[in-house]
Amino acid sequence: MIEPRALATVLPSLRRYARALVGEPAAADDLVQDTLERAWTNAGRFRPDGDLRAWLFSIMHNLRIDGLRRAQPETLPIEELVTEPPQRAEQEDGLALRDLDAALACLPEEQRAVLLLVALEGLRYEEVAQVLRIPVGTVMSRLSRARERLRASLSEQDTPLSPTLRIVK
Amino acid sequence: MNEADLHAYVDGQLSEERRAEVDAWLAGHAEDAARVHAYLAQNHALRRRYAGIAAEPLPPRLAQWLTPRPRRWLPFSSLGRIAASMALVGLGVLIGWQLAPEHTSPAPESDASLPRQAAVAHVVYSPDVRRPVEIGADQEEQLVTWLSKRIGTPVRPPRLGELGFELIGGRLLPGAQGPVAQFMYHDASGQRLTLYVSTENTANQETAFRFAQEGPVNVYYWIDGRFGYALSAGIEKERLARLAAAVHAQLTQQP
Repeated sequence: MIEPRALATVLPSLRRYARALVGEPAAADDLVQDTLERAWTNAGRFRPDGDLRAWLFSIMHNLRIDGLRRAQPETLPIEELVTEPPQRAEQEDGLALRDLDAALACLPEEQRAVLLLVALEGLRYEEVAQVLRIPVGTVMSRLSRARERLRASLSEQDTPLSPTLRIVK
Repeated sequence: MNEADLHAYVDGQLSEERRAEVDAWLAGHAEDAARVHAYLAQNHALRRRYAGIAAEPLPPRLAQWLTPRPRRWLPFSSLGRIAASMALVGLGVLIGWQLAPEHTSPAPESDASLPRQAAVAHVVYSPDVRRPVEIGADQEEQLVTWLSKRIGTPVRPPRLGELGFELIGGRLLPGAQGPVAQFMYHDASGQRLTLYVSTENTANQETAFRFAQEGPVNVYYWIDGRFGYALSAGIEKERLARLAAAVHAQLTQQP
């Protein structure tokens, strides 16, 4: 059972996340609409005391994965997919990218998703882990890589990437 | 210190105590401080870049999911997608069209967006063949009760039979600050007309009739205290003016 008022609160951020993830406005809204349709089909499975936002983000993520799998040859493991949605501008490697959109687009999809859920939507790491069905450790490593890569893209000069998690005493 | 805590510091996910510890650490470690600063800047840039989207009014094909309806009345995928793409074509026509000379005077914010919102709603819903309205004229009392409750004040569709237009029914739409009502009429030739009733006007002023040409759609609109009314149709201005006068006369008699 999905309470319309709760949905009204969550829908704008769902739309915002889709736009930042996908890039192109109509395609982003398509993803949101597909998510809502699937959510309504499965509405009976949603417990009233559950986290509606997390549930909807998770449905959106699954739809996105399904869509990407259909578009790519099956030999590529999903984690290695560097998706460049055709609507975004291509940028040469090594050039300083001052444009945030372009820098985001150059992130592998799974890094972009983590970064956006944390930085844009303010989800806690444990929530991101639930939504994306990955361990929290994987959330942290993708977040770290995304941030370093973005930092390199947006800086004035080339910065070598140092994405690995390390314990500093 | 560990990497995960640096990220948690950036994202505000640390306890007060741990946050203070990281603060102290960063004061003595310039490289880590530079990274944290860069990550914070990224967070701000992302939020600024995408803040507008969450504040936008929802497009009709998404907003319709917010109206509490029995599940069987929700449009299913392909039909919804076709209607949405038709709507986008209509919107493209509107956006590409220059405003007519009659509408060059700058109007207050709430005033200027009313004809545009009404015209967009007209373009989105008036071509719909299968479900142009949510509740039909054959259930007018139910329509009136439902709409009045949702927009928070009694609202009754005016009678335009003498001018050739019969009520088809009505629906609820998302406005900028709350729900608005849309009544749809048609004449013997199938020409459709919509009346947009909004209760969100906060400028608290009255306006006389204003005319706007929004692409192929003519709109007469006026503001009466909290209420904004807009009558939209793809018919000639003079005929629309007579209809607007009739609507105005009937609505000002309502309690």
